[in-house]
Amino acid sequence: MTVLYTADHEWIAFDGEATAGQIATVGITAYAQHALGDITYVDLPAVGGALTKAETAGAIDSVKAASDIYAPVSGEVSEVNEALADAPELVNSDPQGTGWLWRQTIADPADLAGLMDETAYQAHIEGL
Amino acid sequence: MNAPNTAGWRPEMTSNGAATPLPATASGDRGLALEEPLIFELAAPGGTGVDLPEASAAPVAGLSRHLRKTPPALPGLSEPEVVRHYTRLSRQNYAIDLGPFPLGSCTMKHNPRLNERVARLPGFADIHPMQPRATVPGAIEAIAQLADWLMVLTGMAGVALSPKAGAHGELCGLLAIRAAVEARGEDRPVVLVPTSAHGTNPATAAFAGFRVEAIPATDDGRVDLAALTARLADGAGGDVAGVMITNPNTCGLFERDMPAISAAVHAAGGYVYCDGANFNAIVGRVRPGDLGVDAMHINLHKTFSTPHGGGGPGSGPVVLSDRLAAYAPLPFVRRDDDGVAHLVEEEDLSSLPGAAPFGRMAAFHGQMGMFVRALAYMLSHGGDGLAQVANDAVLNANYVLRSLQDVLHAPFADAGPCMHEALFTDDELGEGVTTLDIAKGLIDEGFHPMTVYFPLVVHGAMLIEPTETESRAGLDRFISSMRSLAARAKAGDPSLKTAPHYTPRRRVDETLAARKPRLVWQG
Amino acid sequence: MRYLPLSPADRAGMLARVGAGHIDELFADVPADALLAEPIPGLPAHASEMAVERHMTRLAAQNLSAGTAPFFLGAGAYRHHIPASVDHLIQRGEFLTAYTPYQPEIAQGTLQVLFEFQTQVARLFGTDIANASMYDGSTACWEAIAMAARITRRGRTVISGGLHPHYVATAQGMARFTGDVLDVLPTRLVETPDCADLIAIIDNKTSAVVVQYPDVLGRVPDLAALADAAHAVGALLIVVVTEPVALGLIEAPGHLGADIVVGEGQALGVGLNFGGPYLGLFGCREKFVRQMPGRLCGETVDADGRRAFVLTLSTREQHIRREKATSNICTNAGLCALSFSIHMSLLGGEGLARLAAENHARAQATAAALAVIPGVSVLNQAYVNEFTVILPGDARAAVRAMGARGVLGGVPLGRLYPDNSGLANGLLIAASECTTDDDIAALVDALQEVL
Repeated sequence: MTVLYTADHEWIAFDGEATAGQIATVGITAYAQHALGDITYVDLPAVGGALTKAETAGAIDSVKAASDIYAPVSGEVSEVNEALADAPELVNSDPQGTGWLWRQTIADPADLAGLMDETAYQAHIEGL
Repeated sequence: MNAPNTAGWRPEMTSNGAATPLPATASGDRGLALEEPLIFELAAPGGTGVDLPEASAAPVAGLSRHLRKTPPALPGLSEPEVVRHYTRLSRQNYAIDLGPFPLGSCTMKHNPRLNERVARLPGFADIHPMQPRATVPGAIEAIAQLADWLMVLTGMAGVALSPKAGAHGELCGLLAIRAAVEARGEDRPVVLVPTSAHGTNPATAAFAGFRVEAIPATDDGRVDLAALTARLADGAGGDVAGVMITNPNTCGLFERDMPAISAAVHAAGGYVYCDGANFNAIVGRVRPGDLGVDAMHINLHKTFSTPHGGGGPGSGPVVLSDRLAAYAPLPFVRRDDDGVAHLVEEEDLSSLPGAAPFGRMAAFHGQMGMFVRALAYMLSHGGDGLAQVANDAVLNANYVLRSLQDVLHAPFADAGPCMHEALFTDDELGEGVTTLDIAKGLIDEGFHPMTVYFPLVVHGAMLIEPTETESRAGLDRFISSMRSLAARAKAGDPSLKTAPHYTPRRRVDETLAARKPRLVWQG
Repeated sequence: MRYLPLSPADRAGMLARVGAGHIDELFADVPADALLAEPIPGLPAHASEMAVERHMTRLAAQNLSAGTAPFFLGAGAYRHHIPASVDHLIQRGEFLTAYTPYQPEIAQGTLQVLFEFQTQVARLFGTDIANASMYDGSTACWEAIAMAARITRRGRTVISGGLHPHYVATAQGMARFTGDVLDVLPTRLVETPDCADLIAIIDNKTSAVVVQYPDVLGRVPDLAALADAAHAVGALLIVVVTEPVALGLIEAPGHLGADIVVGEGQALGVGLNFGGPYLGLFGCREKFVRQMPGRLCGETVDADGRRAFVLTLSTREQHIRREKATSNICTNAGLCALSFSIHMSLLGGEGLARLAAENHARAQATAAALAVIPGVSVLNQAYVNEFTVILPGDARAAVRAMGARGVLGGVPLGRLYPDNSGLANGLLIAASECTTDDDIAALVDALQEVL
């Protein structure tokens, strides 16, 4: 499993080398959920909807803040995490596991260029 | 005589000083600390506390298929039950009438009771907005007098009275700007908003269809004039409809570059919107029109002390410069050449060729009840008293600033005096103690907290606005409590983290409320 | 100055404490040429409580108040008897002089009132939920249109010609800047509402259908048919209620398929006040809660596990979302919501039903008396407490002439629709439990005299 990160604290995970049309899973990082605090609601994109890299795909509300989530790459939404409707706290407790947000196609693997690996992302958040 | 029987005469009030746990009560009440169920838990639907006749006629034939099958499932209680319910609930509220309410930028000052009395005169309170205007000349004159005061106090040419609150006034001002831009045949999609602005400012600009661009603040808490002028220079401001500035700003500071800001915006063809939420600091001392402002809303519930009422109703008239006055929405008042006030509505426009109202902000004429209260407030103070209002509000805030800056971090204290509110942060509190803890500790001390975590330009903001209606002795009590809290915070007193302790409810679970919203009673 | 506690000695001592020799040193950041040294010319000096009361009383005395005249005005603002305890209770300082309940530990009184208010509005409207109030009915109506556009992601709203023209103008003023398209049907003096015309123009680009109930002419539209037609193409039904007392007699909009119900709550507990402050009501389906504007109070628990109330879902609001907020609204009409809630707590559902029936009976008596005047006819087949009569000439002149005789004889449609000459002869007449037989006789006499 390959996991890459955006500077805006989304992660995207997929098997092996990405190919066009491959399905990937998207979520937010542990750092992001901690910064948000208690998450109360997750607004997810519609299944079948088209996403554009770096544009708003959804939003996460916590008690005191509301944050947009950006699509890490362009593609089409194939599935959303239905469990979050009743249990948004999963994003707090397991952001890179059961608290995933949606699955989407990778329309163009070239979109992945510029995303960070684990080491680079850790360096990124330490610099914040 | 016999020795007095002390044991039988009066029970021992205290033992040897050992703490005894407070006993539980069967009712859940504790003396004057009274619990109160929901009104729906007091009685079942079916009754009524109002004496009404039985229906005296059958409904008209055309109505029969529309009839409600069952009345709303709501209880109706007798007057004694209702009076008691709301009186008991009222005692769970803090209020200005109970003590200082130093919410920065909210201007919680005393609400004179004369204003309540005159607002209830039937000649103001019991007249219909669509009565023939000839039957309400005194009401129209009262509105015109308020308008006169607002224009003179601000040095502006016109005023739109119908906005229902401050944010509604912002919207009105921006719509007037947009109408003026359109009337010039131009397309200016951008409004510039400083990062220190009230949250309503960018929300309003977006709601009015503008694109919001942020202007940074300088290290001394003011609008970055260089950044603003760079954005507007050399024709680059052709897409800018205007700027929204709060002055005095949300750090409690006067924007000393205001004339230069206005000049730069005007030179680029834009308009200057001023958020008048903090007008209380300068009323009678500074006319915004003299600073180049084109539009400014005035929160009558702040500067002119109409009651906040637990969250409204407010009132947000907008004063307009002569560049914008023609676009004021309907209805508005104007005086004819003889000084007689008229209420102008849609049907009168054909006789006023200069007027180009952009539309209507709301049904009817605005918050008349607030106009009457505000006018009474202005008449009571007069021009001299309003200047004294500003002076005392600023003096009280500076007194708080200088009395606390040695124990709380005051980010802009070295730069000079503040205006009507003093800004502190949680920077120098003990490890792990936050602004929220100070706020909740203040509740235990018997005060309403200051505004917290606003403005956003500093970390852990505490914004204190004492207003002019606090006495020096009252301020000293507040300062004493704040100093005590700062000392406790620095000493690591853990009880601050669990404050408040002496309130009808302790800290509430906001996460639960937001995750599983329960907005109506389900019983 | 009776509202300023600082004495000259206080001021001198405090100036010394802050290190200023003169108050103007605290205004040092104000450009010198903008700081006024003297009171602004043209303003009077401060005045005593007695003098101000005298001034205001003189202004008030020039107005013909509703309680002193035969009174038949409605059109979005209604006069009902308000129990004395309502005004007494709202003047308790703990309600009157409190702020928005952002500190729940010391605002449970206001918060519980809001929770009870939300429940009362939801049950009155027949909606799942309601918010803690809006500015007034007209602004609530626009907010509903904007909310429907967010939900459906469509930009065309179809509006009945029976919607109060000020509400239409308020929405049009906003739509002009937001780009929403509003298709407003013409208002016509016919006995049936324009439901069929609305249904004919709903399509799959329609975000919402907006209809007033009863409508501005007092007619009662068929909400169920409108709801079916709207839902069939994925549009929402927005119902606007300007006279909540009517819902004691006619079915709740939420029970007939309305998705969003908004209204003007002034008629219950809030006086006429020459147009404000009033009270916006807002209810909707629970599934739309996160798209809803305005403040919401929710039930939760405190640190000791006791039931408590708190403002919730504030992430929708401007102070957090800033330019992405659902609305720029940052206040409600708290004290008016309290008035409404107290009045409703006295009435209950049963009292509201009786009040509505009595209003309807007084309106029937008024209509019957007017109908026998030669040249005057009643338009409506159905109405609750307000109906339209058609006069032989322009109703504006008749109303002005009646006003000169001390009779407040309704709202002429020409004042509401100055550009629609086809409506000029229409006159809106509202009756209520306050309407006496003598009032009706005075109206009939006055109208006969001026025609």
